[in-house]
Amino acid sequence: MNRPTNAIAVEGLTKRFGETTAIEDLSFTVEGGELFGLLGPNGAGKSTLINILCTLLGPTEGTARVNGHDVTSETGAVRDSLGIVFQEPAIDEELTGAENLAFHARMYGKRKAERQQRIPEVLDLVELAEVADDPVENYSGGMQRRLEIGRGLMHEPDVLFLDEPTTGLDARTRRDTWEYIERLNEESGVSIVITTHYMDEADFLCERVAVMDQGEVVAIDSPAALKASLGGDIIALGLANDGGELFERLDAQSWVREYTPTEDGVAVTMARGEQRVADLVRLADDAGAAIESVDLQKPSLENVFLSLTGSTISEREASDAAESHTEAADEDSSMERPTETAEATEAPGAVE
Amino acid sequence: MKLVAPLGIYGLWLRDVKRFLRTPSQIVGSLVFPLLFLVFLSFGFGGAAIPGLPEGIDYLQYLVPGIMGFTMLLGASFAGLAILSDQDVGFLKEILVAPVSRTSIVLGRIAGGSTTAIVQAVLVFLLSIPLGFEIAGWLSIPLAAVFLALIAITFVGFGIALASQFSDSEGFSLIVQFIVFPLFFLSGAIYPIEGLPTVVQYLALVNPLTYGVDGLRAALVGSSSFPLVVDLGALVISSIVMVALGAYLFERVEAV
Repeated sequence: MNRPTNAIAVEGLTKRFGETTAIEDLSFTVEGGELFGLLGPNGAGKSTLINILCTLLGPTEGTARVNGHDVTSETGAVRDSLGIVFQEPAIDEELTGAENLAFHARMYGKRKAERQQRIPEVLDLVELAEVADDPVENYSGGMQRRLEIGRGLMHEPDVLFLDEPTTGLDARTRRDTWEYIERLNEESGVSIVITTHYMDEADFLCERVAVMDQGEVVAIDSPAALKASLGGDIIALGLANDGGELFERLDAQSWVREYTPTEDGVAVTMARGEQRVADLVRLADDAGAAIESVDLQKPSLENVFLSLTGSTISEREASDAAESHTEAADEDSSMERPTETAEATEAPGAVE
Repeated sequence: MKLVAPLGIYGLWLRDVKRFLRTPSQIVGSLVFPLLFLVFLSFGFGGAAIPGLPEGIDYLQYLVPGIMGFTMLLGASFAGLAILSDQDVGFLKEILVAPVSRTSIVLGRIAGGSTTAIVQAVLVFLLSIPLGFEIAGWLSIPLAAVFLALIAITFVGFGIALASQFSDSEGFSLIVQFIVFPLFFLSGAIYPIEGLPTVVQYLALVNPLTYGVDGLRAALVGSSSFPLVVDLGALVISSIVMVALGAYLFERVEAV
């Protein structure tokens, strides 16, 4: 049962807050050294899962192991094995960057010699050596995030959790943060688990993604395999008439995998859509269809989520936000906040 | 996890001390209230015949240990508030996720909060000297230090226990007002409790600050209502109870 090579092993994990079920019967494993993503809308249960894995919450049912250690019976060993960057900033802004790291090192039992070696190393890694002795309140949003990531690595954990690492960061800083995370995973070999509700983030960063919706994992695979499961590219034709004989002609084409009539035309699924645009337009023209628009859609994780759950991530978040105001308002502290508020409150304060 | 992690406790203490030293406005602010009480009470009642005041003891002499006790109360409530403001800004999670027992966290916070509270009380003491306060003898200092430490541990422990029952700093700040002042008025800090109605006197006798102020008075002024051993014993017991209560209640705090 206990395979220490797994960074994380979750079995039948369930967490309820009163009547609300935050996560239901989760089972998955993350291998050592993997860059793993938990993708899902706010309210899908990602943060609850992270909080259980880092021993801040106890599970209602099931087991979870981090680096082979049980999160309920071996909390000390679990805490030693993991580093975490929380969704909301958790730094002491009155202390300097170096002091924050020193505080962390002491809490993890690192003696002076080790601290003196490790603190400059980490500051170099996250490129904050020059501002090490400035109070953190003078740091920009991106610098604070980097300090937190560095701090999470201070005690050389086996698993690093990043809970929504780029929420509230501007586009350039996001991109930089992605590159840090990727390099970190490659160079240090630390297993990284990130939660995100950004499709592009999961697609760019993660080797494997667990798609979460309403407290359950609905799919788990590499982004490429998840996208491939959709069956290919989609060309959406906007038509001004009923399409003439287009549909019969489509039936006869071997390269057409499937087509579905839409409100204003037809969506055709095929492999390598970019090479078929001309064919399709010619075919429609011959069939007497009046083309208004052509839109080639490459499969994205957004489409994957849509096909798995029947709604888009933003639709889910909108309905969850509405629910949480009425039903689960008292238990809402454990759930993620809606994106808009998160971004508004976590906007970078200073200039880099 | 070891129950007591010395390095973690030291880290928490160091953080509190650094934060305290870096905000001089807060140090000054924390002294305003006690000094106002000290100056106006001692001028106002300096010449008055206060019932129960020990013979040959000037009112200022009587008052200074009491105001030092009051300063400690304010310092302790501030330590409770610090936990909640850590929770507000998210830093509490960083503390709770570390491989350090909750007991160590409570001990570290008590160490930090006590240090800052004691520094404030010592500042009040020093500022009372130009006002005319005369210390009984230099041997008073170490004895007073023991009492200050025990008062600090008792009330910072109480502040942490209380803070663990709140989820936001606003509710806590409100409640603290209703606790600090009764404790202060029922401690013999500004007048002898012998003058109070009998029922109220009983309340004063279960208030640890009564023994704290009395012990400080014994040390600094050389006059006290209870024997020194009683003061010391009562405070040792209250310190142990409050540390245990703080650790017990904080154990149940959820960070999220």
